[in-house]
Amino acid sequence: MSLPTLAVWKFASCDGCQLTLLDCEDELLTLAGRVRIASFTEASSEVLPGPYDVSLVEGSITTPADEQRIRQVREQSRVVVTIGACATSGGIQALRNFGDVAEFAASVYASPEYLSTLDTSTPISAHVPVDFELRGCPIDRGQLLETLGAFLAGRKPDLPDSSVCTECKRRGLTCVMVADGTPCLGPVTHAGCGALCPACRRGCFGCFGPVTAPNTAALLPILRTCGMTEDAVGRVFSTFNAAAPDFAAVAEGRRR
Amino acid sequence: MTARRLVVNAIARVEGEGALRLHVEDGRVAAAELNIYEPPRFFEALLRGRAWTEPPDITSRICGICPVAYQTSACNALEAACGAVLDGPLADLRRLVYCGEWISSHALHIHLLHAPDFLGFPDGITMAGRYREAVERGLALKKTGNALMELLGGRAIHPVNVRVGGFYSVPDRAALAPMRERLLGALDQARAVVRWVSGFDFPDFESGHDLLSAADPGRYPIDRGSVVTSTGKAFPAAEFPDHVIERQVPHSTALHASLDGRRYLTGPLARYSLNSALLGPVAREAAAEAGLGPECRNPFRSIVVRAVEVVYAVEEALRLIDGYEPPDRPAVEITPRAGTGHGVSEAPRGLLYHRYTLDEAGLVTEATIVPPTSQNQAAIEDDLCRLAGARLGLGDDELALFCERVIRNHDPCISCATHFLDLTVVRR
Repeated sequence: MSLPTLAVWKFASCDGCQLTLLDCEDELLTLAGRVRIASFTEASSEVLPGPYDVSLVEGSITTPADEQRIRQVREQSRVVVTIGACATSGGIQALRNFGDVAEFAASVYASPEYLSTLDTSTPISAHVPVDFELRGCPIDRGQLLETLGAFLAGRKPDLPDSSVCTECKRRGLTCVMVADGTPCLGPVTHAGCGALCPACRRGCFGCFGPVTAPNTAALLPILRTCGMTEDAVGRVFSTFNAAAPDFAAVAEGRRR
Repeated sequence: MTARRLVVNAIARVEGEGALRLHVEDGRVAAAELNIYEPPRFFEALLRGRAWTEPPDITSRICGICPVAYQTSACNALEAACGAVLDGPLADLRRLVYCGEWISSHALHIHLLHAPDFLGFPDGITMAGRYREAVERGLALKKTGNALMELLGGRAIHPVNVRVGGFYSVPDRAALAPMRERLLGALDQARAVVRWVSGFDFPDFESGHDLLSAADPGRYPIDRGSVVTSTGKAFPAAEFPDHVIERQVPHSTALHASLDGRRYLTGPLARYSLNSALLGPVAREAAAEAGLGPECRNPFRSIVVRAVEVVYAVEEALRLIDGYEPPDRPAVEITPRAGTGHGVSEAPRGLLYHRYTLDEAGLVTEATIVPPTSQNQAAIEDDLCRLAGARLGLGDDELALFCERVIRNHDPCISCATHFLDLTVVRR
């Protein structure tokens, strides 16, 4: 029996999410024996033609060429899994969606006419159907392995759609907001990181994006009580998942 | 003029990634244009209006391979803007987490990206079929580097525990004890890697680039410093913009930098050649065993220099852990103020410069970032001209593979390091 094939694709991103695959040091060589890594240009010069059983897609769509390329990836892939905040919500570069891209380009590049770029940074799901979305900036290694294992076994990944608070409680951490008065987005942020920031006595800054149906309205007065100004609230909801609708709605009107 | 397009790979070719165009005249390479095509993300523009606390987290997202470098250069620049200085255990912890990134990033490049070039494999995973032990040793080292970043930073990719002024929380001595044991094992592994890679077959070649690196009095530069060059210049980070000019070229989204008007190189070869006397005793011994002199200008041997730097990073991490006493608070008090600050640090692939201007409210009004890849682009193109020029008789595929090797020598950001899909040779 031939091995299932895995392809990894990069769009506008930092490479951190696909690096997570190489960071599975203990599992990498085992995984390479269970799947055929058919296309992973960051790791291999060898590229096999499609179709592919599973495609991992990192990054957001920010150029006209990438709008076309993601369609080709979809056509060649049985299962498409987006990995990380860029691919799932547009990433930090989606801040351009609320600004003036021409002005951004002129401020960074002397000759912006050499660039080919769209006015927006959009998630993969805005362009093609996506079978599963993996959250995080970056994604979690354990969640990646669970997802790959699930699709190779033909089942759905067993990943909770709950908030960071549930992971924080499960770890037995003291709530940074209640105990220290530190602003924390844990109540409205998708689980998956394992409550990394509260474990460092830092408030969650939402890098896994919004949980389903977040109660941001209830959180906002608490953030103010913790000393956040309206500007600061606008900024903290305008980072790596700035274009996720539930976060963008909070930042709307608070963004300078 | 005739242009011949050489297909490097059969797969559907895509925009993006990178491309190389060689201009050949009278059998010589007159110019090499390396197109590093990363979709522009406009970080310097979107940093405007952000609070002084935010650039470490935001700029780490420029590169998932060296986030600690971005966080550290950002912290150095913002602390300079606010008139704060990190010292004692907080400065040691900052250097310690950076050691983790050097170990991890170098181990990745050596084993999964660069060694396959010398041994004739398309990737490290395939290479493991023949060199399982060496690849597993490399992955174990990489994992130790990641574990060090996770211990101090909370996460290996985009650490969460780093802030301007220090950290959100700091470990006690007991928390570092298991890491010490692990690093002792890593030291043996790292020395074995130096022996392994020093036995590779290196093309005979010396580049003539000017060299630039950070300089930190009395120790090998990693997490902070001023700037020195092989042309005899030494200046503080604040004078970096007086010497290094970036300009845009049509063929790449990475800007091209020059040092006092000339091409130059930053990264392991520059760092080693300008600072080799400052390595620790174990790393110095490993370098001598590997046949490295006080300088190394052969880009193919950069794999040996990286391996020596892994030994140093492990050795240095052990020294820092042994001398560690927890600070009385996890971060120094910072009061933001209007002004401009500059900061540098040595990312695994070269010097990374950040500059921020803050207003009275502590909001960023201007941000400038000069990454190693844009600094090295002219040097990489010069290597390509000289090295490819001597091999124009090679077949198309062989020439393309060789050019990729020349680029990988410099470990530019991983996305362009491994692969470019197009090679165009323009002959006239």
